[in-house]
Amino acid sequence: MGLAHGARHDALTAPLLAVEGLEQSFGGVMALAGVSFQVPAGLIYAVIGPNGAGKTTLFNALCGFYAPSAGSIRFEGSELLGLPPCRIAARGVTRTFQNLQLFFTMTVLENVMVGCHLRARTGLLAAALRLPRVRREERQLRAWAHEALELCELADRAAQPAGTLPYGLMKRVEIARALAAKPRLLLLDEPAAGLNDTETFALRDLIARIRAAGVTVLLVEHHMPLVMSVSDHLLVLDYGSVLAEGTPADIQADARVISAYLGGAVQYAV
Amino acid sequence: MRLAGFFALAAGVIALPVLFPNNYFVIVVGIAAGLHVILAVGLNLLMGYAGQISLGHAAFFGIGAYASAILTTRYAWPALLALAAGLVVAGVIAWLLARPILRLRGHYLAMATLGFGVIAHVIMVQATHWTGGPDGLTGIPPLNFLGWSVNNDLHGYGVVAAAMLLAIWLSLNIVDSRVGRALRALRGSEFAAQMLGIDTSRAKTQVFVASALFAAFAGSLFAHQQGFVSPDSFNLTVSVELVTMVVLGGLASTYGAACGAIALTLLHQGLVVFEDYEMLIHGALLMAVMIFLPQGLFVGLSQAARWAWRTARGMTP
Repeated sequence: MGLAHGARHDALTAPLLAVEGLEQSFGGVMALAGVSFQVPAGLIYAVIGPNGAGKTTLFNALCGFYAPSAGSIRFEGSELLGLPPCRIAARGVTRTFQNLQLFFTMTVLENVMVGCHLRARTGLLAAALRLPRVRREERQLRAWAHEALELCELADRAAQPAGTLPYGLMKRVEIARALAAKPRLLLLDEPAAGLNDTETFALRDLIARIRAAGVTVLLVEHHMPLVMSVSDHLLVLDYGSVLAEGTPADIQADARVISAYLGGAVQYAV
Repeated sequence: MRLAGFFALAAGVIALPVLFPNNYFVIVVGIAAGLHVILAVGLNLLMGYAGQISLGHAAFFGIGAYASAILTTRYAWPALLALAAGLVVAGVIAWLLARPILRLRGHYLAMATLGFGVIAHVIMVQATHWTGGPDGLTGIPPLNFLGWSVNNDLHGYGVVAAAMLLAIWLSLNIVDSRVGRALRALRGSEFAAQMLGIDTSRAKTQVFVASALFAAFAGSLFAHQQGFVSPDSFNLTVSVELVTMVVLGGLASTYGAACGAIALTLLHQGLVVFEDYEMLIHGALLMAVMIFLPQGLFVGLSQAARWAWRTARGMTP
Protein backbone atom coordinates (compact mmCIF):
# COMPACT_ATOMS: atom_id res chain seq x y z
CA MET A 1 0.00 0.00 0.00
CA GLY A 2 2.79 2.31 1.03
CA LEU A 3 4.44 2.31 -2.38
CA ALA A 4 1.33 2.96 -4.45
CA HIS A 5 0.18 5.63 -2.08
CA GLY A 6 3.60 7.23 -2.13
CA ALA A 7 3.69 7.29 -5.93
CA ARG A 8 0.32 9.00 -6.10
CA HIS A 9 1.39 11.46 -3.48
CA ASP A 10 4.48 12.28 -5.54
CA ALA A 11 2.44 12.81 -8.68
CA LEU A 12 0.18 15.24 -6.88
CA THR A 13 2.90 17.34 -5.35
CA ALA A 14 5.66 16.92 -7.94
CA PRO A 15 6.74 20.34 -9.23
CA LEU A 16 5.95 21.31 -12.81
CA LEU A 17 9.61 22.15 -13.37
CA ALA A 18 12.52 20.76 -11.37
CA VAL A 19 16.01 22.06 -12.14
CA GLU A 20 18.92 20.21 -10.51
CA GLY A 21 22.56 21.28 -10.42
CA LEU A 22 22.46 23.12 -13.74
CA GLU A 23 25.89 24.20 -14.97
CA GLN A 24 26.72 26.29 -17.99
CA SER A 25 30.13 27.78 -18.73
CA PHE A 26 31.38 30.00 -21.51
CA GLY A 27 35.12 29.62 -22.00
CA GLY A 28 35.94 29.20 -18.32
CA VAL A 29 33.32 31.64 -17.03
CA MET A 30 30.67 29.80 -15.02
CA ALA A 31 27.44 31.52 -16.06
CA LEU A 32 25.44 28.94 -14.11
CA ALA A 33 27.28 27.20 -11.28
CA GLY A 34 24.97 24.43 -10.17
CA VAL A 35 21.55 26.06 -10.03
CA SER A 36 18.73 24.06 -8.44
CA PHE A 37 15.12 25.10 -7.90
CA GLN A 38 11.59 23.81 -8.30
CA VAL A 39 8.57 25.56 -9.77
CA PRO A 40 5.20 24.19 -8.59
CA ALA A 41 2.35 24.35 -11.09
CA GLY A 42 0.09 27.39 -11.01
CA LEU A 43 2.61 29.84 -9.59
CA ILE A 44 4.09 33.08 -10.80
CA TYR A 45 7.75 32.41 -10.10
CA ALA A 46 10.25 35.21 -10.57
CA VAL A 47 13.99 35.02 -11.09
CA ILE A 48 15.84 38.18 -10.12
CA GLY A 49 19.46 39.20 -9.70
CA PRO A 50 22.02 41.74 -10.87
CA ASN A 51 23.02 41.98 -14.53
CA GLY A 52 25.24 39.05 -15.45
CA ALA A 53 23.85 36.90 -12.66
CA GLY A 54 22.83 34.24 -15.19
CA LYS A 55 19.09 34.86 -15.57
CA THR A 56 18.96 34.95 -19.36
CA THR A 57 21.50 32.10 -19.52
CA LEU A 58 19.14 30.11 -17.33
CA PHE A 59 16.24 30.79 -19.73
CA ASN A 60 18.33 29.88 -22.77
CA ALA A 61 19.37 26.64 -21.08
CA LEU A 62 15.78 25.82 -20.10
CA CYS A 63 14.48 26.24 -23.64
CA GLY A 64 17.24 24.24 -25.32
CA PHE A 65 19.17 27.07 -26.92
CA TYR A 66 22.28 26.28 -24.86
CA ALA A 67 23.61 22.82 -23.99
CA PRO A 68 24.40 22.90 -20.24
CA SER A 69 27.45 20.84 -19.23
CA ALA A 70 25.82 19.29 -16.17
CA GLY A 71 22.54 19.02 -14.34
CA SER A 72 19.00 18.12 -15.22
CA ILE A 73 15.82 19.93 -16.21
CA ARG A 74 12.74 17.87 -15.52
CA PHE A 75 9.43 19.16 -16.80
CA GLU A 76 6.32 17.24 -15.74
CA GLY A 77 8.68 14.45 -14.72
CA SER A 78 10.53 14.03 -18.01
CA GLU A 79 13.97 15.30 -18.96
CA LEU A 80 14.25 18.33 -21.24
CA LEU A 81 18.05 18.52 -21.28
CA GLY A 82 19.42 17.64 -24.71
CA LEU A 83 16.18 18.29 -26.60
CA PRO A 84 16.18 20.93 -29.37
CA PRO A 85 14.01 24.04 -28.77
CA CYS A 86 11.21 22.86 -31.05
CA ARG A 87 10.83 19.62 -29.08
CA ILE A 88 10.86 21.50 -25.78
CA ALA A 89 8.12 23.76 -27.13
CA ALA A 90 6.15 20.65 -28.06
CA ARG A 91 6.37 19.50 -24.42
CA GLY A 92 4.57 22.68 -23.34
CA VAL A 93 7.28 25.24 -22.59
CA THR A 94 7.49 28.47 -24.54
CA ARG A 95 8.94 31.93 -24.03
CA THR A 96 9.22 35.57 -24.96
CA PHE A 97 12.50 37.36 -25.59
CA GLN A 98 14.36 40.17 -23.93
CA ASN A 99 15.28 41.51 -27.38
CA LEU A 100 12.16 41.37 -29.52
CA GLN A 101 12.06 38.36 -31.83
CA LEU A 102 8.84 39.24 -33.62
CA PHE A 103 8.13 38.37 -37.25
CA PHE A 104 8.06 42.05 -38.16
CA THR A 105 6.74 41.81 -41.73
CA MET A 106 3.85 39.55 -40.79
CA THR A 107 0.60 40.89 -39.35
CA VAL A 108 -0.16 40.65 -35.65
CA LEU A 109 -2.70 37.91 -36.39
CA GLU A 110 -0.20 35.95 -38.48
CA ASN A 111 2.42 36.23 -35.74
CA VAL A 112 -0.01 34.76 -33.26
CA MET A 113 -1.12 32.11 -35.76
CA VAL A 114 2.52 30.99 -35.95
CA GLY A 115 2.18 30.55 -32.20
CA CYS A 116 -0.58 28.01 -32.89
CA HIS A 117 1.82 25.93 -35.01
CA LEU A 118 1.93 23.00 -32.60
CA ARG A 119 -1.84 22.80 -32.29
CA ALA A 120 -2.30 22.14 -36.02
CA ARG A 121 -1.15 19.43 -38.41
CA THR A 122 -1.35 20.69 -42.00
CA GLY A 123 1.70 19.58 -44.00
CA LEU A 124 3.22 21.00 -47.16
CA LEU A 125 1.29 18.88 -49.66
CA ALA A 126 -2.11 19.37 -48.01
CA ALA A 127 -1.41 23.10 -47.75
CA ALA A 128 -0.39 23.35 -51.42
CA LEU A 129 -3.64 21.68 -52.50
CA ARG A 130 -5.67 23.59 -49.90
CA LEU A 131 -7.74 20.54 -49.03
CA PRO A 132 -11.07 21.11 -47.24
CA ARG A 133 -9.57 20.00 -43.94
CA VAL A 134 -6.85 22.63 -44.35
CA ARG A 135 -9.50 25.34 -44.67
CA ARG A 136 -11.24 24.04 -41.56
CA GLU A 137 -7.97 24.05 -39.67
CA GLU A 138 -7.19 27.60 -40.83
CA ARG A 139 -10.52 28.79 -39.43
CA GLN A 140 -9.75 27.03 -36.16
CA LEU A 141 -6.27 28.59 -35.98
CA ARG A 142 -7.74 32.02 -36.61
CA ALA A 143 -10.20 31.52 -33.76
CA TRP A 144 -7.45 30.36 -31.39
CA ALA A 145 -5.24 33.28 -32.38
CA HIS A 146 -8.11 35.69 -31.71
CA GLU A 147 -8.56 34.19 -28.24
CA ALA A 148 -4.92 34.90 -27.42
CA LEU A 149 -5.25 38.41 -28.86
CA GLU A 150 -8.35 39.07 -26.74
CA LEU A 151 -6.52 37.92 -23.61
CA CYS A 152 -3.69 40.34 -24.40
CA GLU A 153 -6.07 43.15 -25.44
CA LEU A 154 -4.69 43.27 -28.97
CA ALA A 155 -7.79 42.26 -30.94
CA ASP A 156 -8.10 45.67 -32.63
CA ARG A 157 -4.52 45.39 -33.96
CA ALA A 158 -4.91 41.98 -35.62
CA ALA A 159 -4.53 43.13 -39.23
CA GLN A 160 -1.61 45.49 -38.64
CA PRO A 161 1.95 44.49 -39.61
CA ALA A 162 3.71 43.69 -36.33
CA GLY A 163 6.68 45.91 -37.21
CA THR A 164 4.49 49.04 -37.26
CA LEU A 165 3.27 48.73 -33.65
CA PRO A 166 4.59 50.83 -30.78
CA TYR A 167 7.24 49.05 -28.71
CA GLY A 168 4.98 48.25 -25.77
CA LEU A 169 2.43 46.54 -28.02
CA MET A 170 5.15 44.57 -29.81
CA LYS A 171 6.14 43.11 -26.48
CA ARG A 172 2.52 42.14 -25.87
CA VAL A 173 2.30 40.49 -29.31
CA GLU A 174 5.20 38.26 -28.24
CA ILE A 175 3.25 37.25 -25.16
CA ALA A 176 0.10 36.59 -27.21
CA ARG A 177 2.12 34.54 -29.69
CA ALA A 178 3.63 32.43 -26.91
CA LEU A 179 0.21 31.94 -25.28
CA ALA A 180 -1.30 30.81 -28.58
CA ALA A 181 0.90 27.72 -28.27
CA LYS A 182 -1.12 26.75 -25.15
CA PRO A 183 2.01 26.29 -23.01
CA ARG A 184 1.87 24.90 -19.50
CA LEU A 185 4.98 26.88 -18.61
CA LEU A 186 5.57 30.35 -20.02
CA LEU A 187 8.99 31.99 -19.68
CA LEU A 188 8.82 35.78 -19.77
CA ASP A 189 12.24 37.41 -20.27
CA GLU A 190 12.12 41.01 -19.00
CA PRO A 191 8.60 41.76 -20.23
CA ALA A 192 8.58 45.20 -18.57
CA ALA A 193 11.88 46.44 -20.04
CA GLY A 194 11.19 49.60 -22.01
CA LEU A 195 7.59 49.94 -20.87
CA ASN A 196 6.17 53.07 -19.24
CA ASP A 197 4.30 52.97 -15.91
CA THR A 198 0.84 52.57 -17.43
CA GLU A 199 2.02 49.74 -19.66
CA THR A 200 3.80 48.07 -16.74
CA PHE A 201 0.61 48.26 -14.69
CA ALA A 202 -1.34 46.66 -17.55
CA LEU A 203 1.37 44.00 -17.82
CA ARG A 204 0.88 43.08 -14.17
CA ASP A 205 -2.82 42.47 -14.81
CA LEU A 206 -1.98 40.48 -17.94
CA ILE A 207 0.45 38.21 -16.05
CA ALA A 208 -2.24 37.63 -13.42
CA ARG A 209 -4.77 36.77 -16.16
CA ILE A 210 -2.29 34.35 -17.73
CA ARG A 211 -1.90 32.54 -14.41
CA ALA A 212 -5.69 32.51 -13.99
CA ALA A 213 -5.89 30.82 -17.41
CA GLY A 214 -3.89 27.94 -15.94
CA VAL A 215 -0.41 28.77 -17.23
CA THR A 216 2.53 28.67 -14.83
CA VAL A 217 4.74 31.71 -15.32
CA LEU A 218 8.51 31.91 -14.89
CA LEU A 219 9.50 35.56 -14.95
CA VAL A 220 12.87 37.29 -15.29
CA GLU A 221 12.45 40.95 -14.49
CA HIS A 222 14.32 43.97 -13.11
CA HIS A 223 11.27 46.10 -12.35
CA MET A 224 11.07 45.42 -8.60
CA PRO A 225 7.63 46.93 -7.89
CA LEU A 226 6.20 44.64 -10.61
CA VAL A 227 8.11 41.57 -9.43
CA MET A 228 7.22 42.06 -5.77
CA SER A 229 3.53 42.66 -6.46
CA VAL A 230 2.89 39.93 -9.01
CA SER A 231 5.10 37.00 -7.91
CA ASP A 232 4.24 34.20 -5.53
CA HIS A 233 7.82 33.07 -5.16
CA LEU A 234 11.24 34.49 -5.97
CA LEU A 235 14.61 33.02 -6.80
CA VAL A 236 17.62 35.32 -6.47
CA LEU A 237 20.65 34.53 -8.62
CA ASP A 238 24.09 36.04 -8.14
CA TYR A 239 27.25 35.00 -10.00
CA GLY A 240 25.44 31.98 -11.42
CA SER A 241 24.38 30.59 -8.06
CA VAL A 242 21.20 30.70 -6.03
CA LEU A 243 21.62 33.43 -3.42
CA ALA A 244 18.18 33.10 -1.84
CA GLU A 245 14.64 32.05 -2.49
CA GLY A 246 11.30 32.62 -0.86
CA THR A 247 8.21 34.79 -0.90
CA PRO A 248 8.51 38.47 -1.83
CA ALA A 249 8.37 39.37 1.85
CA ASP A 250 11.17 36.90 2.72
CA ILE A 251 13.38 38.23 -0.05
CA GLN A 252 12.89 41.87 0.85
CA ALA A 253 13.93 41.04 4.41
CA ASP A 254 16.99 39.02 3.35
CA ALA A 255 20.17 40.89 4.25
CA ARG A 256 22.29 39.12 1.60
CA VAL A 257 19.86 39.99 -1.19
CA ILE A 258 19.69 43.59 -0.06
CA SER A 259 23.45 43.99 -0.15
CA ALA A 260 23.92 42.07 -3.41
CA TYR A 261 21.07 43.47 -5.40
CA LEU A 262 18.24 45.47 -3.91
CA GLY A 263 20.58 47.93 -2.22
CA GLY A 264 19.63 49.59 1.03
CA ALA A 265 16.45 49.10 3.03
CA VAL A 266 13.94 49.69 0.25
CA GLN A 267 10.37 48.55 0.77
CA TYR A 268 8.29 47.72 -2.25
CA ALA A 269 4.52 47.89 -2.20
CA VAL A 270 3.10 44.40 -2.25
CA MET B 1 -11.06 37.97 -52.28
CA ARG B 2 -8.05 35.75 -51.85
CA LEU B 3 -7.71 34.58 -55.45
CA ALA B 4 -8.84 37.76 -57.26
CA GLY B 5 -5.36 38.41 -58.68
CA PHE B 6 -5.11 34.80 -59.75
CA PHE B 7 -8.32 34.93 -61.79
CA ALA B 8 -7.31 38.24 -63.36
CA LEU B 9 -4.03 36.63 -64.44
CA ALA B 10 -5.83 33.56 -65.80
CA ALA B 11 -8.12 35.83 -67.84
CA GLY B 12 -5.10 37.67 -69.23
CA VAL B 13 -3.36 34.44 -70.18
CA ILE B 14 -6.43 33.24 -72.08
CA ALA B 15 -7.03 36.65 -73.68
CA LEU B 16 -3.53 36.96 -75.17
CA PRO B 17 -3.79 34.38 -77.98
CA VAL B 18 -7.39 35.49 -78.65
CA LEU B 19 -6.37 39.12 -79.04
CA PHE B 20 -3.32 38.23 -81.12
CA PRO B 21 -4.32 35.17 -83.19
CA ASN B 22 -1.52 33.39 -85.03
CA ASN B 23 1.02 35.75 -83.56
CA TYR B 24 4.27 33.80 -83.39
CA PHE B 25 5.89 36.27 -81.01
CA VAL B 26 3.08 36.13 -78.41
CA ILE B 27 3.00 32.35 -78.41
CA VAL B 28 6.74 31.67 -78.33
CA VAL B 29 7.60 34.41 -75.87
CA GLY B 30 4.53 33.44 -73.86
CA ILE B 31 5.82 29.87 -73.51
CA ALA B 32 9.26 31.07 -72.43
CA ALA B 33 7.73 33.51 -69.95
CA GLY B 34 5.40 30.85 -68.56
CA LEU B 35 8.28 28.45 -67.90
CA HIS B 36 10.26 31.22 -66.25
CA VAL B 37 7.28 32.05 -64.04
CA ILE B 38 7.14 28.44 -62.79
CA LEU B 39 10.86 28.54 -62.02
CA ALA B 40 10.76 31.93 -60.32
CA VAL B 41 7.65 31.17 -58.27
CA GLY B 42 9.28 27.98 -56.98
CA LEU B 43 12.59 29.67 -56.22
CA ASN B 44 10.71 32.48 -54.47
CA LEU B 45 9.29 29.99 -51.96
CA LEU B 46 12.87 29.22 -50.94
CA MET B 47 14.40 32.70 -51.29
CA GLY B 48 11.59 35.12 -50.70
CA TYR B 49 9.71 33.30 -47.96
CA ALA B 50 12.20 31.03 -46.22
CA GLY B 51 15.10 33.45 -46.77
CA GLN B 52 17.51 30.80 -48.11
CA ILE B 53 19.47 31.41 -51.30
CA SER B 54 20.10 28.98 -54.14
CA LEU B 55 22.58 29.90 -56.84
CA GLY B 56 22.30 26.49 -58.46
CA HIS B 57 18.64 26.28 -59.26
CA ALA B 58 19.19 25.76 -62.97
CA ALA B 59 20.49 22.30 -61.98
CA PHE B 60 16.99 21.18 -60.94
CA PHE B 61 15.58 22.74 -64.13
CA GLY B 62 18.14 20.62 -65.99
CA ILE B 63 17.44 17.46 -64.01
CA GLY B 64 13.77 17.65 -65.00
CA ALA B 65 14.64 18.35 -68.61
CA TYR B 66 17.26 15.59 -68.92
CA ALA B 67 15.08 13.05 -67.11
CA SER B 68 12.37 13.64 -69.68
CA ALA B 69 14.85 13.70 -72.56
CA ILE B 70 16.75 10.54 -71.58
CA LEU B 71 13.73 8.45 -70.60
CA THR B 72 11.73 9.27 -73.72
CA THR B 73 14.52 9.10 -76.32
CA ARG B 74 16.57 6.20 -74.96
CA TYR B 75 13.95 4.11 -73.18
CA ALA B 76 10.82 5.14 -75.06
CA TRP B 77 8.92 6.03 -71.90
CA PRO B 78 5.65 7.90 -72.38
CA ALA B 79 6.21 11.64 -71.91
CA LEU B 80 3.96 12.05 -68.87
CA LEU B 81 5.67 9.17 -67.08
CA ALA B 82 9.06 10.69 -67.87
CA LEU B 83 7.86 14.00 -66.43
CA ALA B 84 6.78 12.25 -63.24
CA ALA B 85 10.13 10.46 -63.04
CA GLY B 86 11.91 13.79 -63.44
CA LEU B 87 9.98 15.13 -60.44
CA VAL B 88 10.92 12.09 -58.35
CA VAL B 89 14.62 12.30 -59.26
CA ALA B 90 14.82 16.05 -58.59
CA GLY B 91 12.90 15.65 -55.34
CA VAL B 92 15.18 12.89 -54.06
CA ILE B 93 18.36 14.78 -55.00
CA ALA B 94 17.05 17.96 -53.36
CA TRP B 95 16.14 16.02 -50.22
CA LEU B 96 19.57 14.37 -49.98
CA LEU B 97 21.26 17.71 -50.54
CA ALA B 98 19.07 19.77 -48.22
CA ARG B 99 20.16 18.55 -44.79
CA PRO B 100 23.90 19.16 -45.17
CA ILE B 101 23.55 22.25 -47.35
CA LEU B 102 20.84 24.13 -45.45
CA ARG B 103 22.85 24.06 -42.24
CA LEU B 104 24.93 26.73 -43.92
CA ARG B 105 23.96 30.36 -43.88
CA GLY B 106 24.48 33.43 -46.04
CA HIS B 107 27.58 33.37 -48.24
CA TYR B 108 28.37 29.76 -47.37
CA LEU B 109 24.96 28.59 -48.51
CA ALA B 110 25.38 30.64 -51.69
CA MET B 111 28.75 28.99 -52.36
CA ALA B 112 27.45 25.47 -51.69
CA THR B 113 24.45 25.85 -54.01
CA LEU B 114 26.69 27.45 -56.61
CA GLY B 115 28.97 24.42 -56.39
CA PHE B 116 26.04 22.10 -56.84
CA GLY B 117 24.94 23.99 -59.93
CA VAL B 118 28.41 23.81 -61.43
CA ILE B 119 28.76 20.08 -60.71
CA ALA B 120 25.38 19.35 -62.28
CA HIS B 121 26.37 21.31 -65.37
CA VAL B 122 29.70 19.48 -65.64
CA ILE B 123 27.87 16.14 -65.49
CA MET B 124 25.50 17.25 -68.25
CA VAL B 125 28.50 18.13 -70.44
CA GLN B 126 30.74 15.18 -69.55
CA ALA B 127 28.39 12.20 -69.17
CA THR B 128 28.15 11.99 -72.92
CA HIS B 129 26.83 8.44 -72.90
CA TRP B 130 23.69 9.57 -71.05
CA THR B 131 23.29 13.23 -71.89
CA GLY B 132 24.74 13.47 -75.37
CA GLY B 133 27.42 15.81 -74.04
CA PRO B 134 27.67 19.43 -75.21
CA ASP B 135 25.49 18.66 -78.26
CA GLY B 136 22.63 17.55 -76.05
CA LEU B 137 19.74 15.28 -76.98
CA THR B 138 17.31 15.67 -79.83
CA GLY B 139 14.08 14.01 -80.87
CA ILE B 140 12.26 14.39 -77.55
CA PRO B 141 8.56 13.71 -78.22
CA PRO B 142 5.94 16.28 -77.23
CA LEU B 143 3.69 15.73 -74.21
CA ASN B 144 0.77 13.47 -74.83
CA PHE B 145 -2.41 13.40 -72.75
CA LEU B 146 -4.33 10.18 -73.49
CA GLY B 147 -3.75 10.54 -77.21
CA TRP B 148 -4.00 14.37 -77.37
CA SER B 149 -0.53 15.33 -78.47
CA VAL B 150 0.86 18.80 -77.79
CA ASN B 151 2.21 19.10 -81.29
CA ASN B 152 1.78 22.75 -82.18
CA ASP B 153 2.78 26.01 -80.56
CA LEU B 154 -0.73 27.05 -79.56
CA HIS B 155 -1.25 23.75 -77.72
CA GLY B 156 2.15 24.22 -76.14
CA TYR B 157 1.12 27.67 -75.00
CA GLY B 158 -2.05 26.24 -73.48
CA VAL B 159 -0.18 23.52 -71.58
CA VAL B 160 2.51 25.88 -70.28
CA ALA B 161 -0.11 28.47 -69.33
CA ALA B 162 -2.10 25.86 -67.39
CA ALA B 163 1.08 24.62 -65.69
CA MET B 164 2.04 28.18 -64.80
CA LEU B 165 -1.37 28.90 -63.28
CA LEU B 166 -1.12 25.63 -61.34
CA ALA B 167 2.30 26.66 -60.00
CA ILE B 168 1.00 30.07 -58.95
CA TRP B 169 -2.05 28.55 -57.29
CA LEU B 170 0.07 26.04 -55.36
CA SER B 171 2.44 28.78 -54.26
CA LEU B 172 -0.36 31.08 -53.10
CA ASN B 173 -1.83 28.20 -51.10
CA ILE B 174 1.47 27.29 -49.48
CA VAL B 175 2.28 30.86 -48.49
CA ASP B 176 -1.10 31.43 -46.89
CA SER B 177 -1.00 28.32 -44.71
CA ARG B 178 0.53 26.91 -41.55
CA VAL B 179 3.56 25.80 -43.58
CA GLY B 180 3.99 29.16 -45.29
CA ARG B 181 3.70 31.06 -42.03
CA ALA B 182 6.34 28.76 -40.52
CA LEU B 183 8.68 29.59 -43.43
CA ARG B 184 8.14 33.32 -43.06
CA ALA B 185 8.64 32.93 -39.31
CA LEU B 186 11.99 31.21 -39.68
CA ARG B 187 13.10 33.99 -42.01
CA GLY B 188 12.03 36.56 -39.40
CA SER B 189 13.65 34.89 -36.40
CA GLU B 190 14.84 31.32 -36.52
CA PHE B 191 15.15 31.16 -32.72
CA ALA B 192 11.62 32.42 -32.09
CA ALA B 193 10.27 30.02 -34.72
CA GLN B 194 11.94 27.10 -32.94
CA MET B 195 10.55 28.22 -29.60
CA LEU B 196 7.07 28.04 -31.08
CA GLY B 197 7.64 24.41 -32.00
CA ILE B 198 8.69 24.82 -35.63
CA ASP B 199 11.29 22.26 -36.66
CA THR B 200 13.26 24.74 -38.75
CA SER B 201 15.64 22.31 -40.44
CA ARG B 202 12.68 20.17 -41.50
CA ALA B 203 10.85 23.24 -42.80
CA LYS B 204 13.90 24.32 -44.81
CA THR B 205 14.31 20.83 -46.26
CA GLN B 206 10.67 20.74 -47.30
CA VAL B 207 10.74 24.08 -49.05
CA PHE B 208 14.02 23.25 -50.78
CA VAL B 209 12.47 20.07 -52.15
CA ALA B 210 9.31 21.94 -53.15
CA SER B 211 11.24 24.58 -55.07
CA ALA B 212 13.31 21.85 -56.76
CA LEU B 213 10.05 20.17 -57.85
CA PHE B 214 8.78 23.42 -59.39
CA ALA B 215 12.07 23.72 -61.32
CA ALA B 216 12.07 20.08 -62.49
CA PHE B 217 8.44 20.45 -63.60
CA ALA B 218 9.39 23.47 -65.72
CA GLY B 219 12.41 21.51 -67.02
CA SER B 220 10.31 18.59 -68.27
CA LEU B 221 7.80 20.91 -69.93
CA PHE B 222 10.70 22.75 -71.54
CA ALA B 223 12.25 19.54 -72.92
CA HIS B 224 8.98 18.25 -74.37
CA GLN B 225 8.12 21.66 -75.76
CA GLN B 226 11.48 22.24 -77.49
CA GLY B 227 12.11 18.64 -78.48
CA PHE B 228 15.77 19.30 -77.76
CA VAL B 229 17.97 19.92 -74.70
CA SER B 230 21.60 20.91 -74.26
CA PRO B 231 23.69 21.88 -71.20
CA ASP B 232 23.70 25.55 -72.20
CA SER B 233 20.12 25.95 -71.01
CA PHE B 234 21.10 24.97 -67.44
CA ASN B 235 24.38 26.72 -66.73
CA LEU B 236 25.36 29.20 -64.04
CA THR B 237 24.07 32.17 -66.05
CA VAL B 238 20.59 30.66 -65.97
CA SER B 239 20.78 30.18 -62.19
CA VAL B 240 21.76 33.82 -61.77
CA GLU B 241 18.94 34.90 -64.11
CA LEU B 242 16.46 33.01 -61.95
CA VAL B 243 17.68 34.74 -58.80
CA THR B 244 17.47 38.05 -60.68
CA MET B 245 13.84 37.38 -61.62
CA VAL B 246 12.88 36.76 -58.00
CA VAL B 247 14.72 39.81 -56.68
CA LEU B 248 13.60 42.03 -59.56
CA GLY B 249 9.94 41.15 -59.08
CA GLY B 250 10.14 41.66 -55.34
CA LEU B 251 11.03 39.07 -52.72
CA ALA B 252 8.32 37.32 -50.73
CA SER B 253 5.49 37.76 -53.20
CA THR B 254 4.23 35.08 -55.58
CA TYR B 255 2.95 37.67 -58.05
CA GLY B 256 6.19 39.59 -57.64
CA ALA B 257 8.23 36.56 -58.73
CA ALA B 258 5.87 36.00 -61.68
CA CYS B 259 6.15 39.66 -62.59
CA GLY B 260 9.97 39.51 -62.46
CA ALA B 261 10.04 36.41 -64.65
CA ILE B 262 7.79 37.95 -67.29
CA ALA B 263 9.65 41.27 -67.22
CA LEU B 264 13.06 39.66 -67.66
CA THR B 265 11.81 37.41 -70.48
CA LEU B 266 10.34 40.39 -72.34
CA LEU B 267 13.47 42.43 -71.69
CA HIS B 268 15.62 39.79 -73.36
CA GLN B 269 13.31 39.70 -76.37
CA GLY B 270 13.02 43.47 -76.58
CA LEU B 271 16.74 44.11 -76.33
CA VAL B 272 17.69 41.74 -79.14
CA VAL B 273 17.35 44.68 -81.57
CA PHE B 274 20.24 46.45 -79.82
CA GLU B 275 22.56 43.55 -80.69
CA ASP B 276 26.00 44.31 -79.19
CA TYR B 277 24.57 46.71 -76.63
CA GLU B 278 22.02 44.21 -75.31
CA MET B 279 23.87 43.16 -72.16
CA LEU B 280 24.88 46.74 -71.39
CA ILE B 281 21.30 48.02 -71.49
CA HIS B 282 20.10 44.92 -69.69
CA GLY B 283 22.46 45.55 -66.78
CA ALA B 284 21.70 49.26 -66.63
CA LEU B 285 17.95 48.61 -66.49
CA LEU B 286 18.36 46.08 -63.67
CA MET B 287 20.43 48.55 -61.71
CA ALA B 288 17.87 51.29 -62.26
CA VAL B 289 15.04 49.07 -61.03
CA MET B 290 16.94 48.08 -57.90
CA ILE B 291 17.88 51.70 -57.16
CA PHE B 292 14.47 53.25 -57.78
CA LEU B 293 12.17 50.34 -56.90
CA PRO B 294 14.11 48.54 -54.14
CA GLN B 295 11.06 46.50 -53.16
CA GLY B 296 10.88 45.12 -56.66
CA LEU B 297 8.78 45.68 -59.76
CA PHE B 298 5.54 44.34 -58.36
CA VAL B 299 5.36 46.51 -55.24
CA GLY B 300 6.90 49.48 -57.03
CA LEU B 301 4.52 49.37 -59.99
CA SER B 302 1.42 48.75 -57.89
CA GLN B 303 2.33 51.73 -55.72
CA ALA B 304 2.84 53.83 -58.83
CA ALA B 305 -0.50 52.66 -60.23
CA ARG B 306 -2.26 53.49 -56.96
CA TRP B 307 -0.65 56.92 -56.93
CA ALA B 308 -1.66 57.54 -60.55
CA TRP B 309 -5.22 56.40 -59.83
CA ARG B 310 -5.52 58.69 -56.83
CA THR B 311 -4.05 61.64 -58.73
CA ALA B 312 -6.37 61.05 -61.67
CA ARG B 313 -9.40 60.81 -59.38
CA GLY B 314 -8.32 63.92 -57.50
CA MET B 315 -8.21 65.92 -60.72
CA THR B 316 -11.72 65.05 -61.95
CA PRO B 317 -14.20 67.52 -60.46
